[in-house]
Amino acid sequence: MIELYESQRAMRNMRKAAMQRGVVAILDVGSSKIACLVLRFDGTDPSEDGIGSLAGQSGFRVIGAATTRSRGVRFGEIATMAETERAIRTAVQAAQKMAGIRVDHVIACFSGSDPRSYGLAGEVEVRGVTVDEQDVARVLSACDVPDFGHGREVLHAQPVNFALDHRSGLIDPRGQIGNGLSVDMHMLTVDAQAIQNLAHCVKRCDLELAGIASSAYASGISALVEDEQELGAACIDMGGGATGVSIFIKKHMIYADAVRMGGDHVTSDISMGLQVPMANAERIKTFYGGVVATGMDDREMIETGGETGDWEHDRRTVSRAELIGIMRPRVEEILEEVRARLDAAGFDHLPSRQIVLTGGASQIPGLDGLAAKILGQQVRLGRPLRVHGLPQAATGPGFASAVGLCLFAAHPQDEWWDFEIPVDRLPARSFRRAVKWFRDNW
Amino acid sequence: MRPLGEDSAPQMARLDPRVSRLRYRLERLMLTPLFRFTLRVVLPMAISFGAVSAWFAVPENREGFVTMVEDVRLQVESRPEFQVKLMAIDGAAPGTAEDIRTILALDFPVSSFDLDLDGMQEAVIGLDAVRSARLRIRQGGVLQVDVVERIPAVLWRHEAGLDLLDEGGVLVGPAPARIDFPDLPVIAGESAELAVAEALALHAVAEPIRGRLRGLERMGARRWDVVLDRGQRILLPEAGAVQALERAIAMDQAVDMLARDVVAVDLRLPHRPTIRMTEKAAEAMRDFKAIEAGGVIGQ
Repeated sequence: MIELYESQRAMRNMRKAAMQRGVVAILDVGSSKIACLVLRFDGTDPSEDGIGSLAGQSGFRVIGAATTRSRGVRFGEIATMAETERAIRTAVQAAQKMAGIRVDHVIACFSGSDPRSYGLAGEVEVRGVTVDEQDVARVLSACDVPDFGHGREVLHAQPVNFALDHRSGLIDPRGQIGNGLSVDMHMLTVDAQAIQNLAHCVKRCDLELAGIASSAYASGISALVEDEQELGAACIDMGGGATGVSIFIKKHMIYADAVRMGGDHVTSDISMGLQVPMANAERIKTFYGGVVATGMDDREMIETGGETGDWEHDRRTVSRAELIGIMRPRVEEILEEVRARLDAAGFDHLPSRQIVLTGGASQIPGLDGLAAKILGQQVRLGRPLRVHGLPQAATGPGFASAVGLCLFAAHPQDEWWDFEIPVDRLPARSFRRAVKWFRDNW
Repeated sequence: MRPLGEDSAPQMARLDPRVSRLRYRLERLMLTPLFRFTLRVVLPMAISFGAVSAWFAVPENREGFVTMVEDVRLQVESRPEFQVKLMAIDGAAPGTAEDIRTILALDFPVSSFDLDLDGMQEAVIGLDAVRSARLRIRQGGVLQVDVVERIPAVLWRHEAGLDLLDEGGVLVGPAPARIDFPDLPVIAGESAELAVAEALALHAVAEPIRGRLRGLERMGARRWDVVLDRGQRILLPEAGAVQALERAIAMDQAVDMLARDVVAVDLRLPHRPTIRMTEKAAEAMRDFKAIEAGGVIGQ
C-alpha cells in the first residue's frame, strides 16, 4: 500500500511548499466551466488554539478569480487534453492577472471518473500502555484494503472513526490507555486515467499539482453548514456534466458518488426537443427554465430563435409549459438516480437526513420542491460559504466546489498519507543503505 | 433562472478567449518578481552603463569630455561675479601690511576659485608680527585680510642683536635701537626669552626703581638678576622672585639701601638677605667698627 501513496505524499510536500510561498491556485475543472481562484495565505493559522475566527476559514484570502468556458471536459472527466489544457491556461492566466502575482502550485478537483466509496476497518493490539503515533500508523495499515481493481487510484482515504476497546467515536486516540485499537476508514477511488490526465494538463501549464480532491467532497465542505456536517447530511452538487453526491457525518465524508448526468443533459434535451442550437437552448434554459408548470406558463410564449436561415423555423415560439415539460423528466431522472445512490449508501439510517442541493444546475426554479418529492422532506438549496475576498460573481452555487477546495487547501483533513509509516513497513533497503554509509564513512 | 454573471461581469474576469502557450508563458514570466525587477531596473541600468562605458572607451571622446568639463569650469570661474580685484588689509602696521602683500604675492584680478584661503591664512599667520589673521572674500571682489598684530612687550638682547618679543615670548621683529622703545624692559641672558611672563611681572613690581633699572638678566637659565645703574644688581631667588624684589624695594625705601655703596643685594636665600659692598665701603666699615670698639685708626 505504501508505494501507492507516494504521489499523494509528494503532493502534500508540494502543498507545504506552496504554503511557504503563501500563494496557491484553486482549479475546479468542471464540465461547463473551469474556475480558478488564487489564494494568498497570510500566515495566521487559526487552528493553533482551537477554533479561531470564522470557524477556521480565516488565514487566507482570494486575490484572483476567473472562470472560462470549459471545452474538452465531459461528464466531469477530461475528454480532450489540448482543449482542457488551453482552458486551464486561460483561467489561470486571467486569475493571475487579477491577482498580479505568479502562481506555481495548484490544487485541483474534478467530479467525474466513476468514484467509488469503500468503508475499511482495521484492528490491532496496542503495543505500549498508551496509544502512540506508531499504533495509529499500524492500525491504519492493518485495514483490509478491498480489491478495487486495476487502473484505479485512491483519491481520499480518511480515518473516520477510532475505537479503543469498547469506546467508539474517538477522534484522536493518542495518549489514551487501552488494549485494542480499531479504525474505520473511508476510501474513495477513481479512475487512475483521470488523475493522470489532469496531472498532465496541469503540468503542461507549467504548474505543480499540490493536491487533488473530489469535487463532491469539496462542495460538501463549503455548502454544508457545520451542524449539518456533524449530524449527517448529503450534498448534491449538480454540475454541468456530472452530479456529485457526498454524505457527511461527524464532519467526515463517509460516502461519495457521482451520477453521470447534469445540466448539460437538460440543455441537450431542450436542444433536441425544440430543434434549436445548443447555445440557444442554454439561453432558453437559463432565462425561462423551470420544473413546475402552472397555468400561467401555458400562455407565456418563448421565441426560440435560430440561425438556420429558414424564417418559419427561426421564428417559432414555444410555451414555457412545453419547456418545463422537456426539462422536468430529465431533472427527475437525475434526482431519481441520486436517490438510488443515496439508498445504496444507506442514507436512510442517518440520524439527520438533510439534503443540500448546490452546483450550477441547482439554480432551476422550483428544484427544491421537486427534490423534496423525490429525495425526502429536508431539502434546501445551498450556496458556498463566504470566504475573504471572494468576488460577488463567484458566490453562486456553481462555485461551491471551488470555494470548498479553498477550505480544503487551507485546512486539509487528515488522510492516510498524513500519518506516520509504521516502522516494520519501512523499506529495509534504506536501512541497509544507511548502515552501509556508516560503514563506508566511519 | 437568472442570467449568470451579466450584472457582475466587471468584478471578475469572465473570459472565453483562447490563450496561446507562448502568451501564457510570457505573461507568467512577466509576473515573476525577479524577472520584473531585472527588466525594469537592472536592464536599463546595464544598458545605460554599457553605453556610457562604450563611449568613454574611445580616447578622443574621453579627451573631448575632459576638455568640455574644463571649458565649462573655466567659463564659470572667469565670470565677473567671482573675480577678486583687490586686497584690503585691516589692523596691520604699514610694514606688516607690506610683508603680507609680499608673501601672498597675488596679481589681481584673480578668480575666487583659485584662492586657497586656508593656505593664505597660514602664510599670513606664519609672519612674526602677526598673532592671528582672518581672510574672506567680501562683496564686490575684495579680499579682506583682518590682522591682529603681536604687541611687543620686551626687548631681548642676545648674541645676534636686539629683538622685540611679545608677552608670550614670541618673536615680533628686530628692534632697530633700544632708544626706540624706552618704556619696554630689556631682558638678556641664557633662555631669557622663555621666561618673559616672569620678567614682565618683575618689571611691573619694579615701578619705584624704574628710573634706575637697566634690565633683567636671566642667570643660568633659572633665575633673574635685576640690573640697576652703577653696576648694582639685585640677585633674585628661583622661586618667589617677585616677592623678593618687593622686599628689596621695601628695604630700599626704608633705609635707602640702593643709594648706598653696595654692589649687589643677594636675596637668593630668602631668610638671609646679603649685601655685597664695594672694597672701599667695606674698608670704611671695618674702620668704623674698630673705632666703635675703641681702637685707633691705622693701627
